[in-house]
Amino acid sequence: MYVAVKGGEKAIRNAHRLLAKERRGDPDIAEISVPQIDGQLSLAVDRVMTEGSLYDRSLAALAIKQSRGDLIEAIFLVRAYRTTLPRFGGSEPIETGSMTVRRRISASFKDVPGGQLLGPTFDYTHRLIDFGLAAESECPAAELAPGPAETTVPSIASILGNEGLVETETDHNPSQPPGDVTSDALDFPAGRDLRLQALARGDEGFLLALGYSTQRGYARNHAFAGEIRVGTVTVEMFVEELGFTIAIGEITVTEVQMINQFKGSTTVPPQFTRGYGLSFGHCERKAMSMALVDRALRCRELDEDNVGAPAQDEEFVLSHCDNVQATGFVEHLKLPHYVDFQSELELVRRMRREVTERAGAQEAAE
Amino acid sequence: MSASSTAPRHDPAYNFAFLDEQTKRMIRRAILKAIAIPGYQVPFASREMPMPYGWGTGGVQVTAAILGPDDRLKVIDQGADDTTNAVSIREFFRRTAGVETTERTDKATIIQTRHRIPEMALRDDQVLVYQVPIPEPLRFLEPRETETRTMHALKEYGLMHVKLYEDIAMHGHIATTYAYPVKVAGRYITDPSPTPKFDNPKMNRMPALQLFGAGREKRIYAIPPYTDVVSLDFEDHPFTVQKWDQPCDLCGAEDTFLDEMLTDDQGGRLFICSDSDHCNRRQTAGHHGSMTQDAAE
Repeated sequence: MYVAVKGGEKAIRNAHRLLAKERRGDPDIAEISVPQIDGQLSLAVDRVMTEGSLYDRSLAALAIKQSRGDLIEAIFLVRAYRTTLPRFGGSEPIETGSMTVRRRISASFKDVPGGQLLGPTFDYTHRLIDFGLAAESECPAAELAPGPAETTVPSIASILGNEGLVETETDHNPSQPPGDVTSDALDFPAGRDLRLQALARGDEGFLLALGYSTQRGYARNHAFAGEIRVGTVTVEMFVEELGFTIAIGEITVTEVQMINQFKGSTTVPPQFTRGYGLSFGHCERKAMSMALVDRALRCRELDEDNVGAPAQDEEFVLSHCDNVQATGFVEHLKLPHYVDFQSELELVRRMRREVTERAGAQEAAE
Repeated sequence: MSASSTAPRHDPAYNFAFLDEQTKRMIRRAILKAIAIPGYQVPFASREMPMPYGWGTGGVQVTAAILGPDDRLKVIDQGADDTTNAVSIREFFRRTAGVETTERTDKATIIQTRHRIPEMALRDDQVLVYQVPIPEPLRFLEPRETETRTMHALKEYGLMHVKLYEDIAMHGHIATTYAYPVKVAGRYITDPSPTPKFDNPKMNRMPALQLFGAGREKRIYAIPPYTDVVSLDFEDHPFTVQKWDQPCDLCGAEDTFLDEMLTDDQGGRLFICSDSDHCNRRQTAGHHGSMTQDAAE
């Protein structure tokens, strides 16, 4: 006798218990703490904050712990929490030019005003597994450069801009507040404000691959890393009740200004154009990829050839860059689809029967 | 079978039905617009919900926006109340709204569904909320939103008819068995969500309000009560629904959508109603299928 598959409720409850147990791992080994994740897996925390669109280190660290290190799952947790938060209003635009930099490099010039500041980077490490780390170890103190470290330095783009060599970015028009991808359905064609927001929330891996594709010839845009800077900026907000702007905190951001060749058009003389990338925390790969894709998406605005490359296709990029959406829809294939499958089964069986009958009839006729 | 369970109080850590009132108002405005323009896809500011996209976030947001404390909610997935995701969504509303839930189609005021329309005819005091993955019926013919929107605006549906014609030319049939496109109120071609085409005739002039929510795609659309819903077809190839060669093995019904269950690896199989409430009630009323007959003997 067939017994209908029941007990969904109980099965789900037990699955959740098992998940909690797996998350904890071997109980004989000390449990990882949220401050440990925040302090020692800080780049994971940065990524979760960036793609989760919420600057809260301890919350992101907690999400990483809860998600067992699955960063997309952690991003999802942060996003779902974020939607429940009340909105007080919007901050003033952050001023990255007055950033207190911890890292600042330009690949376009040998030296730049303010100097090249390596900061904490993997760039020149040899990727040799450090077996010393397997044992708990004291880490040697780094000798910091004297002088300009932890100070503000002028942005490269503004220096080039003085000569008219780089396009000037137009300031945002206060009478036209920027859109918000988190509170409106995205509409195409999307303005650059919405594009940059979507890219900032976009999946690092997806943007990395698209950025890479532009370098390999799919809408090549000849990018130079004009400037990469990481550091802290002050967040300011205009408070209606006070009638003036106050500082409400400091956040760490990574900003990338790519400088790209531009042949000029009938109205604009040849000059360099810009692709822009910004992330919370230190997400350099993400910010660089974002800048490459931002520039590729500007092809129409700059009247360039649209060669039909994926990175130039606004609808394609923006509709698919969100990993919370993507993972949801891909993974929903795990949900039961047997009613639809049954419908297809019935059709395929009928069509097969008809083919066999036709073949039979033909044979009989011959 | 199981009647309505007693209503628990809702979790005070969350607003009633999870969403904040501002968001609910925004969704209700979208719903009103959708009802005013039957079959038209209204963009809305879909929120991130605490369940993944693809799990019914659109339907959940629509339900959350229309749910009141006196409502009785039924949730089905593949026609059944006991499938894991239906259980999970029902639990979500029990927790965040504290509303009474039920498995009985006739007792529910709101029915949220994925992939099926209940077998029992719905009434005009009920609302059917569909979970929709891809709201755009033209999406698989034209992937661009900018294009499909224009096609809807100009009522340019030739592409869809060509697709259906090509099916007939190639296979002798229209090879769409679920998410079969319909024309609503003589104007918009609309996606009925991935329900089997078996359910399409139920949508026509249904007394209940039908609301469709697509969370990831940020669209809401509606079919108001008693609206004409026509499944696309050709005069010489009229629309037909699936038929089974045998009745339900549990309740003997001959007019329901049947699921095929594999019982062993020797080709043994059973056919049973996908609408679990309908099947249970028929069995309780004394109807038998081949399996229950055997057990009774």
